[in-house]
Amino acid sequence: MSVDLAAVRRIARLARIAVSDAEAPHLQGEINAILAFVEELGGVDVEGVEPMTSVIPMKLPLRADVVTDGQIERLVLANAPLVEDDFFLVPKVID
Amino acid sequence: MTHANELTLAEARAALKSRSLSSVELTKAHLAAIERARGLNAYVAETPERALKMAGESDARLARGEGGPLEGLPLGVKDLYATKGVHTQACSHILDGFKPQYESTVTANLWRDGAVMLGKLNMDEFAMGSSNETSYYGPVASPWLPPNWSAEQARAALAGDKRGLLTPGGSSGGSASAVAARLCLAATASDTGGSIRQPAAFTGTTGIKPTYGRCSRYGMVAFASSLDQAGPIARTNRDAAIMLGSMAGHDPKDSTCHDASVPDYEAAVGRSIKGLTIGVPKEYRLDGMNAEIEKLWACGVEWMRDAGARIVDISLPNTRHALPAYYIVAPAEASSNLARYDGVRYGLREPGADITELYENTRAAGFGAEVRRRVMIGTYVLSAGYYDAYYVRAQKIRTLIKRDFETAFAAGVDAILTPATPSAAFGIGEKGAADPVEMYLNDIFTVTVNMAGLPGLVAPAGLSAEGLPLGLQVIGRPFDEETLFALGEVIEKSAGPMKLPTPWWE
Repeated sequence: MSVDLAAVRRIARLARIAVSDAEAPHLQGEINAILAFVEELGGVDVEGVEPMTSVIPMKLPLRADVVTDGQIERLVLANAPLVEDDFFLVPKVID
Repeated sequence: MTHANELTLAEARAALKSRSLSSVELTKAHLAAIERARGLNAYVAETPERALKMAGESDARLARGEGGPLEGLPLGVKDLYATKGVHTQACSHILDGFKPQYESTVTANLWRDGAVMLGKLNMDEFAMGSSNETSYYGPVASPWLPPNWSAEQARAALAGDKRGLLTPGGSSGGSASAVAARLCLAATASDTGGSIRQPAAFTGTTGIKPTYGRCSRYGMVAFASSLDQAGPIARTNRDAAIMLGSMAGHDPKDSTCHDASVPDYEAAVGRSIKGLTIGVPKEYRLDGMNAEIEKLWACGVEWMRDAGARIVDISLPNTRHALPAYYIVAPAEASSNLARYDGVRYGLREPGADITELYENTRAAGFGAEVRRRVMIGTYVLSAGYYDAYYVRAQKIRTLIKRDFETAFAAGVDAILTPATPSAAFGIGEKGAADPVEMYLNDIFTVTVNMAGLPGLVAPAGLSAEGLPLGLQVIGRPFDEETLFALGEVIEKSAGPMKLPTPWWE
């Protein structure tokens, strides 16, 4: 399988990465090189094989359903590029 | 004694314990060596004040006859471990200015045991790379001189763009370079497809990727969560065992972390391997394989046999599918993990007219070319209509790869011996520029181990005809790192001491 330029733009949009018209053909070539590299997997017989979900067999532990932290707004916001009061700032999303 | 930073971790530990050396002296020797080696670009952040404070506290504890297993020993930390209040960016532009408000479990374990932090080490951006060339902070140079280069020539290249100097491998290139150049006694590293073991092989150091779940991933910047594991790079097999003993351990903050006590890994160093069965997989014998690598592998077989192990030929028939399957699974998980970098909560922010444009501009500016490529591949293989054909199929193939190993272990194989890399170190700027797959092939012998969740150790085993280090890999049963340390010691002792380069970079 290979991707065309429209697919590259669609993938970039899904990945939320701005891709310029100048970059797109180059990316297309690289993505297609990787897709060509993985293409041989299509020929492997996987009939009846379970997809791996956990590489080491283990029971998923459950922790007690209790509050373990909170009231740490200052720490949560410490690395934010734009903050007002106790909020992250973003461009207007609702008119 | 020469410089204190030339000691191994075990030697330094003994010197501190006997009080013939103080942690402050040892730490100062390292800080001075780091300053003289800035051209290598191994450290992206140095923390001398913190180091000297920690060293002073260690000396006080040692004077009282107290102290943990790593008391007063200066270490380097890969930039993907969260260190509270200290530069942590996984060498990405998108994490500009990020200073975590918490400590990773692995580094917290090291400080609990008394270790001293020297600073943060360079790496490929988000650990995506095999040469440390994708770092936002620039490539790291290996302390090994390129064949036929003079020290003057190399120093000139260090001051320039570093092209032609050798890469230390990646993604843990800063860790490997710093350990080989004696800029720390040992370092933390991490391994998703070979990122501990390939740099160790390229720099004549020892690295171990433990079993998935042996170390907590809490506070490690995530790349591919089902493959990522923490581990050390050190100058000797014993040093690696000491390091892993402190790094490993159960942590309720990582639900995939193994709930069992940590064995005494150092006690396994020097343990007899008599009677062990060592498998040699025929699928690792590649067409057109480098003759030197093949010869080294044969040497390894002889060393194991001489030490009393039984050698058997085995087959791991799905080996050749591991690398292509990895390049579906790892990017898929990366695209999901890296969705968190949005320009809102931490790191870089590039303005946009609306929220989507803010995301798109931030991620375009903040991610380097290799990261953008992998996030896009991952997005594609997880997208509607392709999920089953790519991702589910790759996870099924992963089951087959793991089954191959289980079959070998069930037949009585205790460990598996393979080459570590297809070649010795290559030059900065030499690979992957035209075709990303060329760089990916570096991981051909290491990636199967991540896909199967197994432990793998690489030990230096000799030099190429051009005088560059080469490594051998031993792969073990799940949670049997002890056998790997026993085998690593046999390789180290049989190959003889690895003479690391004298500091031409100063």
